[in-house]
Amino acid sequence: MAEQKGEFAEKNRENPSADGEKKEAKLMLREVVAKVYEEAFEAKARGELVGWSASKFPAEICETLGLHVVYPENQAAGIAARHGGQRLCEAAEAMGYDNDICGYCRISLAYAAGVEAEERPMPQPDFVLCCNNICNCMTKWYENIARMKNIPLIMFDVPYNNTPEVSQDAVDYMKGQFYDAIQQLEAISGKKWDEQRFAEVCRNANRSAKAWLKACSYCSVKPSPLAGFDLFNHMADIVTARCRVETAEGFEQLAEEYEAAVKEGHSTWHYDENYRIMFEGIPCWPELKKLFTPLKSKGINTTAVVYAPAFGFVYDDLDGLMRAYCKAPNSVCLETGVEWRETLCRENQVDGALVHYNRSCKPWSGYMPEMERRFRRDLQIPVVSFDGDQADPRNYSDEQYQTRVEGLFEEMEMAKGRGEEN
Amino acid sequence: MDEVYTLGVDVGSTASKCVILRDGREIVALSLVPYGAGSSGPGRAIEEVLEKAGKTTSEMAEILATGYGRKQLTIAEQSMSELSCHARGAHFLFPGVRSVIDIGGQDVKVLSIGPNGMLENFVMNDKCAAGTGRFLDVMAHILELRTDELADYAECAQKEIIISSTCTVFAESEVISQLAAGCDKADLIRGICVAIASKVAGLARRIGVRDELVMTGGVAHNRAVRNALAEALGHPIKSHEYCQHVGALGAALFAWQRCHKLAAENSN
Repeated sequence: MAEQKGEFAEKNRENPSADGEKKEAKLMLREVVAKVYEEAFEAKARGELVGWSASKFPAEICETLGLHVVYPENQAAGIAARHGGQRLCEAAEAMGYDNDICGYCRISLAYAAGVEAEERPMPQPDFVLCCNNICNCMTKWYENIARMKNIPLIMFDVPYNNTPEVSQDAVDYMKGQFYDAIQQLEAISGKKWDEQRFAEVCRNANRSAKAWLKACSYCSVKPSPLAGFDLFNHMADIVTARCRVETAEGFEQLAEEYEAAVKEGHSTWHYDENYRIMFEGIPCWPELKKLFTPLKSKGINTTAVVYAPAFGFVYDDLDGLMRAYCKAPNSVCLETGVEWRETLCRENQVDGALVHYNRSCKPWSGYMPEMERRFRRDLQIPVVSFDGDQADPRNYSDEQYQTRVEGLFEEMEMAKGRGEEN
Repeated sequence: MDEVYTLGVDVGSTASKCVILRDGREIVALSLVPYGAGSSGPGRAIEEVLEKAGKTTSEMAEILATGYGRKQLTIAEQSMSELSCHARGAHFLFPGVRSVIDIGGQDVKVLSIGPNGMLENFVMNDKCAAGTGRFLDVMAHILELRTDELADYAECAQKEIIISSTCTVFAESEVISQLAAGCDKADLIRGICVAIASKVAGLARRIGVRDELVMTGGVAHNRAVRNALAEALGHPIKSHEYCQHVGALGAALFAWQRCHKLAAENSN
């Protein structure tokens, strides 16, 4: 696929930051996300339709049709990171939703019902796009919103992959839904599908994904040119804007910066890199600082993050697109899940793993005990788990987390023969 | 060479424990105060153990803290997690130990130990207090008994009344209902001990246990829980009169190792 001339990067070069330096990737990427939400508000103000989309619904459809969509998962993560999660979770509970339901879902339902969130506002939806490849709670979550608002729900059902390969039957089943979603959205919005534009959107999406995966891959360099937690900061772009040229350009710039850092011998990880670990699961967004603090104090860099590269969809054609959307963390079999993680651990040279048992994500947490067993057996590394939540701070205990990180550190010390005794 | 004394302090959630070691080999004194982190317990436990040993803090070559309140104990030069300390302490008392189950005031740990006493793997309970010492304390309270009386009652049981192990609060309600229905106290206590064992065994099976299996922490004093756990896991369980001091003992051993290492470095 031929690369497009990057208008955004051109503008960036023409209008660099105030000090005359080229704008940093993190600023470029922050602006991309801000633009997604800004444009959605503007569209709403013009009377255009705005949709709410699951993070792994094929974004190529709405981008091709020129429909504005925003992402409840990204919104919920943003609200949670800015410490508004508990307020909205409690509001949802007051509406009757159980506190065992996913924190993102509770935040989103509360927001849909009119609870304000200055932390990350977004326009209310005129239609919802649901895809169950990342989450099996999402179907009921989106059905509730559709019923609450009396708006169309477009469902994209991704079959769970019991085998490492995605069958042609599954691909055909998904393609049928893909075409049907296009027809439904054409009918809802009055916009027309354009194959040329679709090809262009797919080129952008692949370019973004490849650049994102390349940026993530720099964690394999030892010492790493980045603090692995940095990748969490860029998740919003790959979720909300992966079909945009400016996203691809932002990620390409990010990869260039990491490349330069490797050559120049510096890193965004400003501490000793005594140990390298894999972080498994979605982070506790309200507690990122607390998650980070004991790691930095012990010189433990998170050089493998399962969640980040999981959004790097690369494909060559429509069948490939379907297969790519089948490969989400909660829609693949245990063998594929283990293979992904163990490859990541080997390539990124980790000494241990820290697993988040996320109260909000039971499918993801549910298969972790067996995965942990495999990691220990196959990789011969210590694996430690802690309880927490991606959005609800009531489910996190800092003292318990700290003890577990210390335990991991002490196990890694002993495994490396650098313990007190040696 | 002069004798080297080291002090290990385990500041737990419900009790503070201290051990003074001579030359990393001999236990000189122990103390236990039933008040933990955030209370006067740690200070009192330190005073008591020093008094028993006839020593002062300045005579301690190194003080190392462990347990829930380890970070707040400013008198200690170093701290380590209770995980490694329990592993090391258990290995000192039982050189053949390969698994440790520690049931403390508010957490449960299952440790896999290497042949050299080093921590190899561990698993801990989640935020639920079911299966911990707190569970027993709550039950003892509603049964109008002291926690240390429970085992004697359990051994007199004629049968076992099944109590839920999923939640301390729900279990408390169940016990109250059973008492109101006139159930025998001993049968009920046996059910409570089995409930704890069932909860802890489920956790232990996640990483597996190997002989010798040693139980530490305050709940190890309770024979009924120990026996129920041994039955549930199908492994004999060893314990020690110092079971509640194992974390502090491990801390004192690590402190001694640090001294030894520093001395070796200085002599080079």
